[in-house]
Amino acid sequence: MAHSAPSISSNSGVADKLGKVIGAALIGTVEAYGEISFTVERAKLAAVLEKLRDKHEYQQLVEIAGVDYPDRAERFEVCYHLLSLTKNHRIRVKVSTDEDTPVPSVTHIWEVAGWLEREVFDMYGVLFDGNTDLRRILTDYGFQGHPFRKDFPLTGYVEMRYSEEAKRVVYEPVKLAQDFRSFDFMSPWEGADYILPGDEKVGGEAPPATPKTTEKKNDTGAGAKADKKAARPSKRKTAATKKPAPKRTKSGTQKKGEGK
Amino acid sequence: MSDYLDEMDHLADDADPTVGDLEIQNFTINFGPQHPAAHGVLRMVMELDGEIVERVDPHIGLLHRGTEKLIEHKTYLQALPYFDRLDYCSPLAMEHSYVLAIEKLLDLEVPLRGQYLRVLFAELTRICNHMLNIGAHVMDVGAMTPNIWVFEIREQCLEFFERASGARMHSAWFRPGGVHQDVPLKLLTDIADWLDEFPTLFNDAMSLVVGNRIFKQRNVDIATVSKDDAVRWGFSGPVLRGSGVAWDLRKSQPYDVYDRMDFEVPVGTRGDCYDRFMVRVEEVRQSARIMRQCLNEMPDGPVSSTDRKIVPPKRAEMKQSMEALIHHFKLYTEGFHVPAGEVYVATESPKGEFGVYLVSDGTNKPYRCKIRPTAFSHLQAMDFMTKGHMLPDATAILGAIDVVFGECDR
Repeated sequence: MAHSAPSISSNSGVADKLGKVIGAALIGTVEAYGEISFTVERAKLAAVLEKLRDKHEYQQLVEIAGVDYPDRAERFEVCYHLLSLTKNHRIRVKVSTDEDTPVPSVTHIWEVAGWLEREVFDMYGVLFDGNTDLRRILTDYGFQGHPFRKDFPLTGYVEMRYSEEAKRVVYEPVKLAQDFRSFDFMSPWEGADYILPGDEKVGGEAPPATPKTTEKKNDTGAGAKADKKAARPSKRKTAATKKPAPKRTKSGTQKKGEGK
Repeated sequence: MSDYLDEMDHLADDADPTVGDLEIQNFTINFGPQHPAAHGVLRMVMELDGEIVERVDPHIGLLHRGTEKLIEHKTYLQALPYFDRLDYCSPLAMEHSYVLAIEKLLDLEVPLRGQYLRVLFAELTRICNHMLNIGAHVMDVGAMTPNIWVFEIREQCLEFFERASGARMHSAWFRPGGVHQDVPLKLLTDIADWLDEFPTLFNDAMSLVVGNRIFKQRNVDIATVSKDDAVRWGFSGPVLRGSGVAWDLRKSQPYDVYDRMDFEVPVGTRGDCYDRFMVRVEEVRQSARIMRQCLNEMPDGPVSSTDRKIVPPKRAEMKQSMEALIHHFKLYTEGFHVPAGEVYVATESPKGEFGVYLVSDGTNKPYRCKIRPTAFSHLQAMDFMTKGHMLPDATAILGAIDVVFGECDR
């Protein structure tokens, strides 16, 4: 261990011990980088966390983080970070879910979970069963969509400005003065899963013919057409590819297609 | 006449309300989002019974910029300056968690001088942050003068940041592997001189408020939080310590060279606003103590890792060496790749536990970077803390939890 990141109490034996405590609800344990993560069954989450708090001194719920893996069947991972003030130890408990299946709320165990769950709901659209106040928290009043999903564009779908004519703030589809550029750093020699120009004869489909520039506003993928996409529930599991870097290239080409 | 007197004493009203009497209803007001005591853009919908607060519903997110999403589209190095803009009152403390998270994933060693410099400037950041918060808090409860005096100290801190990094606030000076560049010796000696000077002004300013009757009336026994409640509500930092929990990540989970530092962790006894304030006052003195130790013990040597696959070479070296030129180009375009995995790294920022949950997929960009803001849990407890207090107490409570919206809303 060469790094100087915060040091916690020893992990030795903790994974086994707590694995037994979680018992049948445990799906997997990962111990890496000096941190322990338990993946547990969604339905038994609240019971597991309550046991960890009451019997095993993990008093504080520090954070609930959502992560989106669009290529998984249950695309969202919800990670609960627990801290023990007495044992000076941290663990992570994870559950996975999809857009429609709610995760049991832990607001009855920790009051702090209320806003943390609201944030995951706002950003990813994960539902929490038992949270009585599941409103949006960070996004604008009346916002649509869940911005931290991987299929939500970085630029968003609408932009707002103060309109001198209407004398109020108006929302309009995003217009990009300059095309949003996302560079692909995948080395073609190290497992990029697209085909280099000239290699199409070997097999596979041809590379994108159009360069990465836009001549018309419609080509930015914003504009009126994008609104339909915003209204559509995001179930683009098939569109998502295995690796995130090539995915950007592909979505770029899709946008080209829609513009024409 | 006796009827009239009864009415004056509200005896008649209570016995049989007449037609003219109105049933008193609770009053709902908006506190903010453009209120000077809201410390930024906070909107609180408050339900008042007369002047007693019955319910508070904080509406946050008015400063939401989607930082975490932006970071997913940047390389690890490009994402660093976003952290300055989270808590813009303590920018280096924000960077600290992030660079430590990257170093943990890379298992990268930071040279000792780099670690000392980071601790030195993290503590300078703490003083800088507390000067702003202490000043704002006393002003929220009516004292003008101390604010102006401690802002003088804050200004001096910002000058030191400027001399180290070139920027007063958004330094982007902590980098994965160390710090961006070494500081001149004159800066270190000036900081040492300043550490002897500033306590005089600070103590003068504090002598105006800590024993002041009005200041105590506004803070003592306001928003008392017990130890258990503080833990369940996820409090951290001075707010947790104000409730009497001796928990400081610098002490319990030391990072960089904090394990070599000798300092005390102040804790409160009653868990009210006054205790939170006094914990911060004492932390300023302890920070100065840590800074003195850093200056005394700081070794010579490189300030940043010499691993050229992570840390770019300096320009001078680049002019001489082809290898350095290639590294420079590659690291400032593609950046370095971080092994796949996930870490949660939390440091003791001036406001509490500031954590970064970094998920890497092995590419040059973070797959997910979840930022754990300190203000989120504190602000969530506003309703619980403010209930039953008077409306003006809300500003004291808000001042004592030290909230900055760049960090809360991200």
